[in-house]
Amino acid sequence: MISLRNLTKQFDTLTAVNNLTLDVNAGEVFGLIGPDGAGKTTTLRVISTAMNPTRGRVSVGGVDTQRDPEAIKRMIGYMPQRFALYPDLTVIENLNFFADVFGAPRAQRTELIARLLDFARLTEFQTRLARNLSGGMQKKLALAAALMHRPRLLLLDEPTTGVDPISRREFWDLLTEIHLEGVTIVIATPYLDEAERCARVGLMFRGELIACDAPNVLRDARRIGAVVLEARSAQAIAARQAIEARPGVLAASAHGDVLRVLADRAERATEWPSVWQARGIAASTPREVRARLEDAFVLMLSKFDRI
Amino acid sequence: MNSLALATQNLTKHFDHFVAVDAVSFSVRRGEIFGLLGPNGAGKTTTIRMLLGLLAPTAGSGAVLGFDIVREAEEIRQRVGYVSQKFSLYPDLTVAENFDFYGGVYGVPRDARAQRRAATLAQVGLRGQEPMRVSNLAGGSRQRLALACALTHQPEFLFLDEPTAGVDPLSRRVLWDLLYDLAARGTSILVTTHYMDEAENCHRLAFIYRGRIVAEGTPAEMKTRQMLGEVVEIECDRADAALTALRAARLFDEVALYGTLIHAIGDDAAQKLAPARALLHAQGIAVASAGVVLPSLEDVFIARLRRASET
Repeated sequence: MISLRNLTKQFDTLTAVNNLTLDVNAGEVFGLIGPDGAGKTTTLRVISTAMNPTRGRVSVGGVDTQRDPEAIKRMIGYMPQRFALYPDLTVIENLNFFADVFGAPRAQRTELIARLLDFARLTEFQTRLARNLSGGMQKKLALAAALMHRPRLLLLDEPTTGVDPISRREFWDLLTEIHLEGVTIVIATPYLDEAERCARVGLMFRGELIACDAPNVLRDARRIGAVVLEARSAQAIAARQAIEARPGVLAASAHGDVLRVLADRAERATEWPSVWQARGIAASTPREVRARLEDAFVLMLSKFDRI
Repeated sequence: MNSLALATQNLTKHFDHFVAVDAVSFSVRRGEIFGLLGPNGAGKTTTIRMLLGLLAPTAGSGAVLGFDIVREAEEIRQRVGYVSQKFSLYPDLTVAENFDFYGGVYGVPRDARAQRRAATLAQVGLRGQEPMRVSNLAGGSRQRLALACALTHQPEFLFLDEPTAGVDPLSRRVLWDLLYDLAARGTSILVTTHYMDEAENCHRLAFIYRGRIVAEGTPAEMKTRQMLGEVVEIECDRADAALTALRAARLFDEVALYGTLIHAIGDDAAQKLAPARALLHAQGIAVASAGVVLPSLEDVFIARLRRASET
């Protein structure tokens, strides 16, 4: 559905996206993740034709973005981070406005908007001013507006930032419905638990794609070259500091009373209990647990940083 | 000294007919990071404002660092730091100027200010950035400056209201390491958030919904004792088709797609695995693996909130 070939985007001296090559399959839910400034938003903007690449080629549905941007706009629904809803218009007035923008045929408009309201669970709020909607409802309205022209590709830039857990789950239920209708979805997100919901995930860092695969492949222990070990301790910080510099420890972090350690192999943990004991730190015996995406990314980013 | 840094009993706040906080009782131990989790409008910020003595409770009582939140609010405010949701840093001022401004507000003695600034900025990793204008700082650095400003007077208790909204995962990790350092030195911390991965970092936490606490415990306890129902993970080919089939069969309360995996949640999800396998098999879908997994905090939260809104 999307093909990026050596995409580079520069702003003056800043290279926001550097030589990015990536394919997104039709019908796929693809996640773009990475810290702020990694190049996620710029990548989405170039795909959406809002911006031209400095170098490289981008095509959507087989059409080159620079040759026929209008054809691509018809294929794409784009929900930027700050979506321009009109706060002084009601829900239905906002949708009517976007129906005008996208040139939705008048004859089908009522039915189309009714279906979008129903889809976004906003039918009973249609006369409410957009500014009086909760954050989660505003996001759902923005999503409905982005779907007005029945796009085959949906680009979402951090759509759940600042949204509470219940609204977030509802939003993902809506995305699953869209996915099941065959729409390709590319979602940029700062949340790694959302990345777990994508079929494939691309990790961007400093404008480059440093890993790209299915979540369960990315966090595969053999692939990341590390095992994850957990121990419980009321003094998790002290326990971390005690073993941080021991051989084979790649990273260690405390989470409440849980110490989480990435090590090159599980046997490294056999010496830790004596290290803790010597310092008077009570901790449970470390046991191996399943790696999370976050573990994999911490490792990849730290390797990348060293180069 | 009392080992509790904070305690409330039936803390309640009404606004006209709206009950924002409804008989909330919880406590925070010294050196503990306690998380208050809930959707927008659940009562988190109202609770914090009462604890800071900014808002009088309608009923109930509370104490912070042993001081009564109604009668001794002034004592509390001198000893606590507060990073609010929209913490006001001055974008046109530099890092150093912002810090000094808050030092003045909190009454840090003038001769101690330079030394305090050097130490606190070093602590939050902003040493060397003193002449930078705040408008040029990245989100994560701003957040750490906001934290530094709340630490100017070396508070014993720190309130953080949604401190990491819009901050990327690596910066969030840095911020949390700072909070752990503070806690290890004895600072008690109350943090509100609606990010579940952040909640995992707290020593203990409470879910708050419609002004009430609906569950409380350590993150591990939440996933075991406080979970309603079970979560099963199914790995199979054609996950989309499997999702549709499982939803249509209504074996589980909730069926969701996680990449190429399926998560199903229900009261006796484990017992439904056999019929689920049979169903998928009948549709020609091969199941590679299926079993019970630990719920995420978000799973627990949503299950608890659904139950709370039913009653």
